[in-house]
Amino acid sequence: MSNSTGAQGTQDTPGVPPRGTGSLAIVDLVAGYGEVVALDKVTITAGAGTITAVLGANGAGKTTLLRAISGMVRPRGGRVMLDGADRAGRSPEDMARAGIAHVPEGQGVIAELTVEENLRIGMMSWPGIGWRRAERAAALAEAYERFSPLADRRRKLAATLSGGERQMLVIARALVARPRVLLLDEPSLGLAPRVMTQVMNMVVRLSRESGITIVLVEQNARAALAVADRGVVLNLGRVVAEAPAGELAADVALRHHYLGF
Amino acid sequence: MVEFLQFTLSGISFGMIYAAIALSLVLIWRGTRLLNFAQGGMAMFTTYIAIEVIYRTGSYWTGFAAALAAGVVLGAVAELAVIRPTLGKPELNAVIITIGLLVLLEGLAGILYGGQYRSFPAAFSVTGLRAGSTPLGVSRFDVFVALAVLAATLLLAIGFRYTSAGLRMRAAAFNATAARLSGIRVARVITLGWVLAGLLGALAGVLVSPSTFLYPDSMDSIFVLGFTAAVIGGLDSPVGAVVGGLLLGVVLSYAGGYLGSQGSDLTALVALVILVVVLMVRPAGIFSGARVRRV
Repeated sequence: MSNSTGAQGTQDTPGVPPRGTGSLAIVDLVAGYGEVVALDKVTITAGAGTITAVLGANGAGKTTLLRAISGMVRPRGGRVMLDGADRAGRSPEDMARAGIAHVPEGQGVIAELTVEENLRIGMMSWPGIGWRRAERAAALAEAYERFSPLADRRRKLAATLSGGERQMLVIARALVARPRVLLLDEPSLGLAPRVMTQVMNMVVRLSRESGITIVLVEQNARAALAVADRGVVLNLGRVVAEAPAGELAADVALRHHYLGF
Repeated sequence: MVEFLQFTLSGISFGMIYAAIALSLVLIWRGTRLLNFAQGGMAMFTTYIAIEVIYRTGSYWTGFAAALAAGVVLGAVAELAVIRPTLGKPELNAVIITIGLLVLLEGLAGILYGGQYRSFPAAFSVTGLRAGSTPLGVSRFDVFVALAVLAATLLLAIGFRYTSAGLRMRAAAFNATAARLSGIRVARVITLGWVLAGLLGALAGVLVSPSTFLYPDSMDSIFVLGFTAAVIGGLDSPVGAVVGGLLLGVVLSYAGGYLGSQGSDLTALVALVILVVVLMVRPAGIFSGARVRRV
């Protein structure tokens, strides 16, 4: 099956082409708000298909990092290399169309739309035009299969969902876009511990199943390091540690100093 | 009783005009939180274009189509050239710019077409219709006015609900950040909003000008009443715009009808009273929804 532009589809969703391997390299990124420099020459590499945890105290620059990658904040310097191509400074719309899905903290769900409409929004970044009904329907079906609570509520307004369900919806919407890179900003914030575990497990499954590169910002460093391949610790806008997740978790002094456990 | 029917029907007909203007204001407001003070001026200008086309071609419907096309173009040009540069700057800038656009359009119309009152043809007969021997107070043209605006409103509603473009517009209006992060080109959506508003305004202009005559300031009072209707209905609500317009049209018709000539002079006062009463009971407008926005 192919879409009108002639591209071949992947096995799971007919017609939607895979977008490349999804390696992300941040080089000397500088970003801030007004007088405040929130990121001071940050360099991070997230290999294709890996999970990278970005950790640090409040104000360390973790959220700014994700915003600078997705284009919500315009970097003042440095490069954002997606599969080798520098995309720093592009608008959020362009970054989404290039394959970077950013799930921001808190307000990602469009509450006034239904669950299904929220998911359809995710398809707005598919490349090209003329996607057939069957392709769209298949993408929705896949989302409902992966997240069955959403299937039960597909015609309900997103405002009626619980916190955990909203988080599920926002991640589902990001996945419908078939991103190469998924940026998750505190996905477990405000969720009950049991739900948080489910979210973390889902993150791991995503990485293994679809090969998406995941950058995970989490306050809960312990939970994040448990699922990540690599960890990066930020403090006051600078990288103070970058190592395999197991090493960071084992480094007691580092944990005490920067991560609080 | 007959009078009541007459006033009601003619009120509905005028009310639909206010509804069209109100709807165009709501379209722009939802997308950008901007009140387009030039909406009436844009409608006036496209009506002038229509009358010129009608004179030259002798065909009403060609002029009608020309007005709608001009509305589309004017909407797009206004957004891209005049309003887009104000995004991201203080909101007052945009407000002043739309007022400036209004002044520009009215001045330009005066220069190009002169300031004298011009009559504008009606699409259908303006003779009062009768049910048997009872005059109904409305003409074929009035019925056309109501149906045309109703059709436009329904098309818009269907478009919003069922098309991809409509979904993009709603998403961008409710949560522009989430829309952007999903790849929606919010800037284009805003332009589309202005295009639709221009179209609706153009429709309102050709529908009301047979009654009001056409001159550079002719849409000013229509704009004020359309704006009032939009506020009454709740600036975020398209349904509210239509209901507000009808409500306003009907009540003003009763005032004009039952109070005689004093009623017509009192139009502005009556409109103000309705506005105050509605806002006292429902400060955000009749159809303002609960704020389901982000926490």
